[in-house]
Amino acid sequence: MFDEPVKLVLGLVTGILFGILLQKGQVAKFQVLMGQFLLKDFTVVKIMATAIAVGTVGVHALVSMGAAEFHIQTASLARVIVGGVLFGAGLAIFGLCPGTSVAACGEGRRDAMIGVLGMFVGAGVYVAAFEALEPLFKSMADYGKVTLPQLTSTSPWLWVGALVALVVIALAIIERLHPKRLNTKL
Amino acid sequence: MNPLTKQSWSPYLVGVGIGLLSWFSFATVDRQLGITTAFEYSAALTQQAVAPQVVKPYLEAKAKDGKVPKIDWEWMLVLGVFIGAYASSKMSGDRAPGEKVPPLWGWRFGYSPAKRYAGAFFGGLIMMLGARIAQGCTSGHGISGILQLALSSWIFAPIMGLTGMIVAFLIYGKEGRSHV
Repeated sequence: MFDEPVKLVLGLVTGILFGILLQKGQVAKFQVLMGQFLLKDFTVVKIMATAIAVGTVGVHALVSMGAAEFHIQTASLARVIVGGVLFGAGLAIFGLCPGTSVAACGEGRRDAMIGVLGMFVGAGVYVAAFEALEPLFKSMADYGKVTLPQLTSTSPWLWVGALVALVVIALAIIERLHPKRLNTKL
Repeated sequence: MNPLTKQSWSPYLVGVGIGLLSWFSFATVDRQLGITTAFEYSAALTQQAVAPQVVKPYLEAKAKDGKVPKIDWEWMLVLGVFIGAYASSKMSGDRAPGEKVPPLWGWRFGYSPAKRYAGAFFGGLIMMLGARIAQGCTSGHGISGILQLALSSWIFAPIMGLTGMIVAFLIYGKEGRSHV
């Protein structure tokens, strides 16, 4: 029923830091997330791209030192395509993603609380319909838990270097075109 | 001045923070930042208590992978996100008391809270269903999976981003851009 206590405490600490970062990043807000999808406010892309560039260096270093392992999901085409379309559509209607909606609840937003209730029901539908969904998952190819470097038999550091360079260039361009976050009161 | 009393931080600073947090979670518990597995486990535990027959095939399939739904590290992380955002918004006064309908939604659908709540519920439901089918969300696939260079995440992220954009423009149109 429970993880060991030290893991629970570490999870809580990690979550509190994550919640503070999301809230201070102004992404626990419908207006900011929809501003990204409508290509007006680039706060979400700036945060995600920076997190990816910083994260990929450290996580690959930890893995190559043997201090951690990759934790990735299987590349089942049916899963990621069907899931990706449902996720994107639901996100655009709700206006908050799973992590940011929980943070929005912390800000006291009632619509986010109702949305999180809907998320709980959605998770319940998945669990209850698990058997019925199996044929769908098996209807397309599954490439397994594979990374891009493994798939192409290339060095992960080549990819890490290219990804960091890509992020730096992309952010430099975005910063020129969209230097400021919008002054939304909400 | 205490940085926690500021309403917002630079998105780049926040991004660096989340990047470092991903190192921290790999280094301390060898886990990746994610949110939605905790919802799946909570739903499974609830169904186990009220309708065990319904959840049996799911639990058997999970057991084969050596996984048991439980209150785990990620579950506490989700609780922590709520607490962290609550504390952060309290300290900066960035709260939304009584606010029910975001301006963009209100411009398009009117300011009826009931309508917005229905949209949030339905949107949240299919978003989470999609997240569990794909086995990840904006955090698990969008950040953690992309930074690990996972093939699954590099397919999922563009699909969900593009779908979100298309649906957003279908709902709000170009005119909606002047309401965000």
